[in-house]
Parts: sequence; C-alpha cells; structure tokens
Amino acid sequence: MAKVTIDGHSIEVPDGTTILQAARMIGGDIVPPTMCYYSKLKTSGGYCRTCIVKVTKGSEKDPRPMPKPVASCRTTVMDGMEVVNITSPEVLEARRGVVEFLLINHPLDCPICDQAGECHLQDLGYEHGLAKTRYDFPRRTFNTIDLGPYIKMHMTRCIMCFRCVKTADQITDYRVHGMLNRGDASEISTYIQKAIDNDFSGNIIDVCPVGALTDRTFRFKSRVWFTKPMDAHRNCTKCSGKVALWLKGNDVLRVTGRKDKWGEVEEFICNECRFEKKNVNDWTIEGPRHIDRHSVISANHYESLASLKLDIGKQQKALSTKK
Amino acid sequence: MGKKLLIHNDKIPNIHTLNVYREHGGYASVEKALKSMTPNDVVEEVKKSGLRGRGGAGFPTGMKWSFLAKPEGVPRYLVCNADESEPGTFKDRYLMEKIPHALVEGMITSSYALGANTAYIYIRGEYFYVSRILEKAIEEAYAAGYLGKNILGTNYSLDLYVQVGGGAYICGEETALLESLEGKRGNPRIKPPFPAIAGLYGCPTVVNNVETIAAVCPIVMMGGDEYAKIGVGRSTGTKLISASGHINKPGVYEIELGLPVEEFIYSDEYCGGIINGRKMKAVIAGGSSVPILPAELILKNDKGEPRLMTYESLSEGGFATGTMLGSGGFMVYDETTSIVKNLYTLARFYHHESCGQCSPCREGTGWMEKILHRIVEGHGKPSDIDLLWDIQKKIEGNTICPLGDAAAWPVASAIRHFRHEFEEYINNPSKIKDVKHYYSVNQLAGA
Repeated sequence: MAKVTIDGHSIEVPDGTTILQAARMIGGDIVPPTMCYYSKLKTSGGYCRTCIVKVTKGSEKDPRPMPKPVASCRTTVMDGMEVVNITSPEVLEARRGVVEFLLINHPLDCPICDQAGECHLQDLGYEHGLAKTRYDFPRRTFNTIDLGPYIKMHMTRCIMCFRCVKTADQITDYRVHGMLNRGDASEISTYIQKAIDNDFSGNIIDVCPVGALTDRTFRFKSRVWFTKPMDAHRNCTKCSGKVALWLKGNDVLRVTGRKDKWGEVEEFICNECRFEKKNVNDWTIEGPRHIDRHSVISANHYESLASLKLDIGKQQKALSTKK
Repeated sequence: MGKKLLIHNDKIPNIHTLNVYREHGGYASVEKALKSMTPNDVVEEVKKSGLRGRGGAGFPTGMKWSFLAKPEGVPRYLVCNADESEPGTFKDRYLMEKIPHALVEGMITSSYALGANTAYIYIRGEYFYVSRILEKAIEEAYAAGYLGKNILGTNYSLDLYVQVGGGAYICGEETALLESLEGKRGNPRIKPPFPAIAGLYGCPTVVNNVETIAAVCPIVMMGGDEYAKIGVGRSTGTKLISASGHINKPGVYEIELGLPVEEFIYSDEYCGGIINGRKMKAVIAGGSSVPILPAELILKNDKGEPRLMTYESLSEGGFATGTMLGSGGFMVYDETTSIVKNLYTLARFYHHESCGQCSPCREGTGWMEKILHRIVEGHGKPSDIDLLWDIQKKIEGNTICPLGDAAAWPVASAIRHFRHEFEEYINNPSKIKDVKHYYSVNQLAGA
C-alpha cells in the first residue's frame, strides 16, 4: 500500500496505482481531465498531456520533487508522494497550453458534429480553454473516409489519442488502421483505404473522445440531447448484450456501450448489437440510464416521473416562498 | 597540443583495415578486458573515469551501466546510437568513417562489461555508405576471431549487427531508436520503464553514443583514474567537437575538456578565427537544440570569467545566460547572420521532425514555424514575439521526449538575446526582407 496526497487529500492505494487512478478514487474537482487515457485499454495514455500534474515530493524515501510535470495517467504512485493539480497555477497554466494546442487545428464544427453534447474536447475547452484563439493560420483539414459500412472517419477533428488504435490492438484479432505520416501531418488511417471489418470494430466509435469516428447509422439523425438513453439488454452470443439505447419516441436511433462517469464504456459490445438491432422489440428495456445532471443530455431526460414531480414541487415551493 | 585518444591515428593510411589498426595498438583493450579483467572490473574503471555520455545529455556512463537490470535467463543488449541527427553534429560520422574498428573494439569491450551477447549499431539512413564501412570492419573482426563464438579463446561470445534506420531525427531518442530497431514506427516510449529495465524486445538494454563507446577503449587501456586526470572537475576526458559555420577551419576536433572557448574559436590549432576577419555574433555550442548565445556570453560568463569547453562551464548561469555542451555541434555565426532567419530554419526542422505523438510538440512546433515564416516574409505582427515566447514556454517540459524541449530552447534563447532583431524584422519589413546579409537597420541606412 502507498499513501499519496493529491492537492491536500490523502488516500491509501495499492502499489502500482497511477496518480490518476488515485485521484479518481478521491474524486471531485482534483481529478485531472483525460483525453487519451482509457482505463479499459492497456498502455493507453500519456499522449495528450492534459492530465499533467506536478509531483512536489517524490516519495518518503526520496523526497526530491520531479523536475518536469508528469502525465498522471502513466506515473505510478510511491509511498509518501505529494502531488499538486488544481492548487498549482503552473499546472493549470500548462494545461491551458495543452488545451490550446489541441484546439488550434480542431475545426470547432460543433454545430454540425454528432459528438456535440458528449464530446470530451468540448468539456475540456469549456473548462480550460481561452475564449478567443490566438491561432490565425488556416487550420489543417483532411477528407472524410468511410472505414467500412458502419464507421465514418473525420480526421480533421482527431486529436491523436490513439484510443482507437489500442482498441483495435487489444480487443480485435488484427489491426488494419494506425498512424500515418509524421508531426502535424500525421493522421489515423487504414492501410491503403482498407475497411475496418470485424465484429467489434464499432467500439472504436465509443472510445473516440471527439467526433472523429462516428456511427454511420446515426449520423445527422438527431442531436444527442434530443434522444433518451435507456439501459437495455438482449441475449447476444458475441458480447454481454448490455447496452445503452438512445431512443426518440419508440425509435432506436443509436446503440452504444454503457458509459460510466469518466466517459468510458463498462463493457465493449459487438457490431450486431450496435448496428443491426435498431428495433425496440429486439431489446429488453431495464429503465432510464443515469445521466449526470451537468450534462446537456440531462436537460431533456428525467430518470423517473417521481423525481420529476419532486423537482417541480421544489421549484413551486421556492417560488411560493419568494412571494 | 591537447591529448588525443579517439582520433589520434586518423591520418594513417588504411587505418580502416584491421591489420593496420592492430599495428597501431588496436584491439588491445579487448585482449586486456577479456583476458585479465572481469566484467565488473571494466564497469568500475568506466565509473572511475567519470566518462559522461557524449550524445548530448551528459549522463555518467558508469552509472548508466550499473543501472542495468540483470535478471536470470533474460538476454541483455548493448545498442550503439549512431543516429547522429542533431543539426551541426558530424563527429560520429568522422570517427566511423575513418576508424570503424575503434567503434567495433569499443562495442566488444562494452558488451563484455555489460554481459551482452548481442549488440546492435543503429545507424541513420543517410549514413548508408558508413554502414558499408562498418559492415566491412565487422566482417574482418569476425574473421580475426574478435567477434563470434568464444572470442580469443575465452567463453565469451558476441554477435554484432549494423541496422540502418530510415533517417528520422526522432530515432536518435533512445526509446524511439529501440522501437525502430524492433521494426516498429519510431515513436518515443513513455518512461518509466527505462531501457535499463525494459528496453529492446522488453529486455534490459543500454543505449550509448558512438563516441562514448569508442572512449571505453582508452579507459580500459590507461585505467579510469588516469583518464579522469584529463579535463576539469566532473568533465573528464576528451571530446570530439564538430565545428562549423563562419570559421576558417571547420571540421572535427578532439579537445581535452576544459579548453577555453576563446582559444577553441581563435587558435590556429582549432577553428582558426572567424572567416574574412569579421566579428563573431553568436554561437550555438552543442548542436541546434541548445540555446544560442551572443558572442560576449559565449566567451565569458555573466560573472566575467572565461568560459571553458566543459559541461559545467557552458551551462553556468542556467538558460538565462548559459547554454549546454550537448553533442558538441559547435556552430559559429558571424555578424552578417540573421538570427531570425536562422531560427526559422531550425523551427522548420523541428516541425518536420516532430513525431506527432503528443499534442504540445505536434501542434506547437508547426505553429512556431508558421509565425517565424510570417516574420521572415515581412508580415510579422508586434504581438508575434510574445506569442512565440508563450508557445515555447508551453511546449518545454510538457512533452514525452526531449524533442519538445529541443524545439523550444532555440526559440527561447533567440528571443532572450536577440529580441531587437525580431523587432527590426517586424517594424521594417521592407528594409530587412530580401537582404542577402543581415545588418541592423541603422547599418543598412548608412550603407
């Protein structure tokens, strides 16, 4: 066990835990934002640099601070380690820099992007970005590519998190896509326009933190906040069959994995569940999915009628006491 | 005349052949190490010698060797970093081209010290002809029994391979080099684990520069203590310096560390002064990544003491008034050089060579290049200088590998020491643009 202190909050964690995992155990505002780290994928993280923190005390044995900011998702804790995240202006400044770098070549086409509303870059930009860009050169653009019949690739929006590459490496039999070229000309693409074709390829849509990989069966059907997420399951021979259905009326517009509060799927699902079962009768609906109150998706979504009534009751009461 | 240990016999005809090399004392360190020393003795000698990595970072080699993990039943590797891609550095090429057996000999001795039975020389793609020279030398060494099974009748065996890279700057970073050697895309790994624990194919690996490995032979021959007597303080031994730029005698020089910088630039034995008798304007002392220093700060530090060619003396004053010895790529600029144009060239290089893995370097290097291009083309804005400063600050230290720092330091130092020149470019674009040699605006008006 190792004791680690993050922004003054101490916690005992097992050896081998990363700083980020320890911060998530503590929870609250001190959790560094992540764009490329995905707890379900091995060796993910370390690329986007948004989760950088400063280690002010290395460990009990070796109290020297680390000279540079470190990526919290890839740095394991030591006993007695002290870390500063939001209490350090330096870290916040560096993170603002990273967010700016991520945004300078991002098209900011949120009004027509299917990911809007559940985009991690949107949240990150809102929390740490500048209101105005200092970048006055033409932005980098790429053509969109169809990666097989179900997935559309919008390289212009990509932030190079490598999550889709790791997903293909770790949960499918073989990988046909990866990084081409170098530096800011680098792009994620398939080998000479090969299609990504296997039973679990759809998961690369779920892991994408931005709108670079989108579901071709859902594109431009609806804004996510006009759909209602429901927990549902079916008997599937390939995967657990536990999914989130995104309904509009009685139409299943989209099927995704169930995402936890860090935006990571609980279980990967197969393509059959994701793309082919678009009828409500295919599914056993368990009930409304919990959506964080701060999310734009929750504006149109109530977990149960009872809580809705309670909420309205509270508002009415507040109004009446005001008078 | 300083002591020469590495390239003392480079002028001897046919020194690249094994027989001539052996006539001049070659392969003595292999015989001495394998026959009369244990591997630990060799490591101890290197530790005592105080030898520091000659590739740029200056990390003590003996310490690096002692960090090597030695688990049972797992092979260990020695990899020689011959991917000499730092602009302004060409010392390793000279050494490998002239005396290839010096490297082969060093590889055998070092591998013996580390207990590695397989060693690789990773050489950059542009040095294709050098790789032929090395392969020839290795062939000769195999034939003479210095490589292969049971070297010189002992029970130590070593196989040595030359691998040619694709020519990317990033593959000079040790973990990117290992990735490339494994046949993958040359992207730096995220550390830890360090190569000493999990390097090539996941096995403990030591990566050393060509010059470091070649320096092991004289250390074994003369003893670590004797080697440590050369040089000043913690900078021991001799160093190859690649001198280039506006000097009368550009080339590769072997110096004893501790030589005054002024003597190195102006003495006839070395650079021989500035070309055409012009004034010196600035110096990049250790390859393009290290901060550029104006003439008055390279000759004397901020306390007025003369600067020496040592790791410590050159970095005195931190980055505010100091620089680094780096890989020894010594570039001298005379008064007609435009620092802004020079910086643009460097920024273009780092933009081109950024691997694209982590965001600050991928996006930041391109942004800096675009701004500098705008300034050089005469469309700069007054706010651009502060913007450049801000961008470099946000890249430095926030990246996976040191390429981000290497891209940020030249920009930072150029703005720190030559801000007026940027301002001249921005305020008088029509006067400065298209001028072949740079002079200040006042000089141009007078001319």
